[in-house]
Amino acid sequence: MKMLINVPETVVADALRGFAAAHPELTVDVENRVIVRRDAPVAGKVALLSGGGSGHEPLHGGFVGRGMLDAACPGEVFTSPVPDQMVRAAAAVDSGAGVLFIVKNYTGDVLNFDMAAELAEDEGIMVGKVLVNDDVAVTDSLFTAGRRGTGATLFVEKIAGALAEEGAPLERVQAVARRVNEVSRSFGVALTAVSTPAKGAPTFDLPAGELELGIGIHGEPGRERRAMMTSGEIAEFAVDAVLDDLRPDGPVLLLVNGMGGTPLLELYGFNAEVHRVLGARGVTVARTLVGNYVTSLDMAGASVSLCRVDEEMLRLWDAPVSTPALCWGA
Amino acid sequence: MSEASSTGAGQVIDTAFLRRWFIAAASVIEREADRLTELDSPIGDADHGANMRRGFIAARTAVEKEPPDTPGGVLVLVGRQLISTVGGASGPLYGTLLRKAGKALGDARQVAPEQLAQALREGVDGVAQLGGAAQGDKTMLDALAPAVEALTFALDKGAGLAEALSAAAIAADEGALATVPMQARKGRASYLGERSIGHQDPGAASSALLVGALAGAAREGTV
Repeated sequence: MKMLINVPETVVADALRGFAAAHPELTVDVENRVIVRRDAPVAGKVALLSGGGSGHEPLHGGFVGRGMLDAACPGEVFTSPVPDQMVRAAAAVDSGAGVLFIVKNYTGDVLNFDMAAELAEDEGIMVGKVLVNDDVAVTDSLFTAGRRGTGATLFVEKIAGALAEEGAPLERVQAVARRVNEVSRSFGVALTAVSTPAKGAPTFDLPAGELELGIGIHGEPGRERRAMMTSGEIAEFAVDAVLDDLRPDGPVLLLVNGMGGTPLLELYGFNAEVHRVLGARGVTVARTLVGNYVTSLDMAGASVSLCRVDEEMLRLWDAPVSTPALCWGA
Repeated sequence: MSEASSTGAGQVIDTAFLRRWFIAAASVIEREADRLTELDSPIGDADHGANMRRGFIAARTAVEKEPPDTPGGVLVLVGRQLISTVGGASGPLYGTLLRKAGKALGDARQVAPEQLAQALREGVDGVAQLGGAAQGDKTMLDALAPAVEALTFALDKGAGLAEALSAAAIAADEGALATVPMQARKGRASYLGERSIGHQDPGAASSALLVGALAGAAREGTV
């Protein structure tokens, strides 16, 4: 597998140096792997801190900026960051109003953020936490690590970020973040397996005529494999999987998210199919976002995320945001 | 069996012994990193070897640079290094294993084999607690728990340190292999449900390597 890299060992550091060069409005500590808003800490504002394995760009570093995250901690590829990163980032962004940790539900992320929360609290930083677990492909039971955090992370970071920007206290920012997670669900499909730089080859075998349903964002295979389907058929499968669980009684936010290796041309076509299916199921789409936001390196495929919004959540979604990957109203 | 391993009583474990363990562990992890990543591909995310190699190289450097003067200190230092460098679930889990074991040994400059066994047991309990896992969930516990059992059992029967640790290493290897038919209930492999069956758990495999390195350190010490 050809990759535009130097050596696998330095891909994260190389990307961070390039990210820094592209975004002088952010402070990028390449050595310690911490990205923060240049104006941090913002006086009186609750800070939002997220992080996770690299390979999901623009998540999370691309969402640092006014109206969204105050800091992001990128780990190695598909590997959660270490507690030292989060403690350093929390200290850099805390204005005294507290820091909300936004954690995707993966065993490694949960353990490292929990350790970081303890250490940050030892340093006198008030820490709140929201666990994002929106992926309906995983049965949430005692027999799994629980649902994965995927596309809804973007909803949580955007909406909670807007509320924090308005000066709301930690308790309220945490509450809206948790609420957004509770009313969000996602389902993803893969058309190709992912290749990590360390392995240099696909991490699982997905034959040409087949697709994988219910995939995560780490190259882990999904629940089920089928013969390749059309965009319309995939939209029906994905939307129904989400609606089975969410049952919206009002308008929704829709994220049609590319996994990294699918062209926008295909994503927009897929979005048309998703809208068609949602319309047929009587679901009103309030806002739509299409693009590669929560990716899995070079994987081809897409995920559908819905968030059942109330008026306040919709207002916060529309509020100005100014980050490398999401920018409107500013 | 060498002479030293046939006379269990009176054997002591010191800082040099634990340093040997982690230097050997770093070597075996480096050597086997590709295999661990290979095991992590079908049921994980193909990075266990790379993460463990990074962590154990950092740990070896720390142990060689400024070795603490107690066995417990060495364990705590390595545990901290792993938490700060490995990432993923493995970092906090292996870090907790060694830090808990290190704390259990306290400030003693030398400890008896039974104390090491007890300390490792506390470390393994810490792993189970942090990960919320039990034996049979297809995790590192499936290698570590039988290893501690075998170590304790062998010492109780009067085996020497090297012999008891060899028994532990065999138990860890068997435990790691026994994860193949299991369905994962924890960690990333659990997302696969029944499709996780038929693959060895990479965490159990790396745990077996570490116990093997520990047994190797004991054999070296008896030469």
